[in-house]
Amino acid sequence: MIVPRVPVQHRRLLPDHRLSGPTPWVIAILMMLTLLAAAAGVGLARSANAIGQAIAGRVTVQITTANPVERAEQAAALRRRAAAQPFVRSARAVEQQELRATLGQWFGSAEGDDPVLKSLPLPALIDVDFIGAERDEHVQALRALVAAEAPGARIIPHAEWLGPVARLIRSLAWVAGALVLLMALASAAVVIMTARAALGTHYATIEMLHLIGATDRQITRLFQRRIAIDTAYGIALGTLVAAAVLLLIGWQWSGVTSGLAATASLGVAGWGLLLALPLLAIALAALTARQTLLAALKKIL
Amino acid sequence: MMDGGGGPRPGGAMVEFDGVGLRYGPDAEVLSDISFNLQPGSFYFLTGASGAGKTSLLKMLYLAQRPSRGIVRLFGEDLVTMPRHRLPGFRRRIGVVFQDFRLIPHLSARDNIALPLRIAGVREEDLAGPVAEMLSWIGLFERAEARPATLSGGEQQRVAIARAVIARPQLLVADEPTGNVDPDMAMRLLGLFEALNRLGTTVVVATHDIHLISRIDSAQMMRLEKGRMADPTGALRYPPANRV
Repeated sequence: MIVPRVPVQHRRLLPDHRLSGPTPWVIAILMMLTLLAAAAGVGLARSANAIGQAIAGRVTVQITTANPVERAEQAAALRRRAAAQPFVRSARAVEQQELRATLGQWFGSAEGDDPVLKSLPLPALIDVDFIGAERDEHVQALRALVAAEAPGARIIPHAEWLGPVARLIRSLAWVAGALVLLMALASAAVVIMTARAALGTHYATIEMLHLIGATDRQITRLFQRRIAIDTAYGIALGTLVAAAVLLLIGWQWSGVTSGLAATASLGVAGWGLLLALPLLAIALAALTARQTLLAALKKIL
Repeated sequence: MMDGGGGPRPGGAMVEFDGVGLRYGPDAEVLSDISFNLQPGSFYFLTGASGAGKTSLLKMLYLAQRPSRGIVRLFGEDLVTMPRHRLPGFRRRIGVVFQDFRLIPHLSARDNIALPLRIAGVREEDLAGPVAEMLSWIGLFERAEARPATLSGGEQQRVAIARAVIARPQLLVADEPTGNVDPDMAMRLLGLFEALNRLGTTVVVATHDIHLISRIDSAQMMRLEKGRMADPTGALRYPPANRV
């Protein structure tokens, strides 16, 4: 049992100094940081996955034929034939206006009506989404189509330019996971130090209890209960603060609808993990305290 | 198997020390070649100068220390090789009165006295009567809720003695139990030990007080000198039959 049941009269064997030491506060800080790191890790991992899925099966064909009429004909033919392929989910020609609007952001004209921009020859772009995961085979088949319909056009897999970003985000998620692990170890170390300090402080009582026939289990339950309850207070406090921080960030995040940031969210499983972490932390603290106490008591006859 | 084992063999000794030596760390032995038997229901005084090793010997008797060499048998079982997890059962059959009382400071006199019964798992409704009786006997019924710090040295000593005897131990070990009480209370406490002894408890009292020793006719005396048992007649190891 995480918080062992101890008769009320036995509980009095330890003086009632709840929350008087630094342990609950240190645990509260560690728990808050653990939850924030875990939330960041989950959010980043989901973002990396979302980006990865989005780019894994998408390529853009860039047709740069100099004659605009021929370029438009090649683009239309290629889009039509690509869309008819069984391995293609969709093939969409990017409108010139859309292209100008995107480029316009760099020219200081959101509507893409900059005269310089209008004078630039823009390539024809066709976004192709594949069905299934055999991307390399699909690209080869598409390459044959492109060679037939628009010789000289380039095929640009999205994974080539967004892949490093997804890998970076995934690396950050792993770093966040490592931080969670390190903070769990730090929390366990705090509990070990607390248990040892408690044994030192109450050594005379423990020796007395041993000499009148108390078993290690009886003594361990007393201390385990005290440490588990103190730790639970700290974990509850840390969880409340972390929840407040996450809600605040979530509220601000809800206004972000564009770019990579929009892919970040915790999801049901993420929230489940965050809710499970405090319970796991209490169990870890109780187990650590129990093992530390039993190991220390074995050194006493 | 029950913790604490069965008991001494019929006609056998309750405590047997054979060639026992004790050293702390790498230092020289504080006790050497200690051999004696304690018979069930007997009364023993342990004497010796300060530093002779009385407290070390008592520690082995109340299972706070294992010997460095030799054989120690308690209630018919070898304690040197006994697994640690069986010791609590044996300790519950031994009452100990410490020279420095060792009362738990944040517990009341009542809770300190009740401690051995609670540890043994006695229900609250069953221990209230014996604890109240014991408080009355030591004259502290009115101060049952007092913390040790508010009690005089003599009162603390009485609480410590009550705690040691409340579970009716088979072996009572007392280290200078009358060192902090006035002569009248010393005689009352000795009377309690004698009464327990008559009920079958084996009593070992370490003391400097030679007047105390003379008060109990049937008591045997053990004397430690520089870590060795002075028993020139061999009466401790081979007690006369009429003492058993």
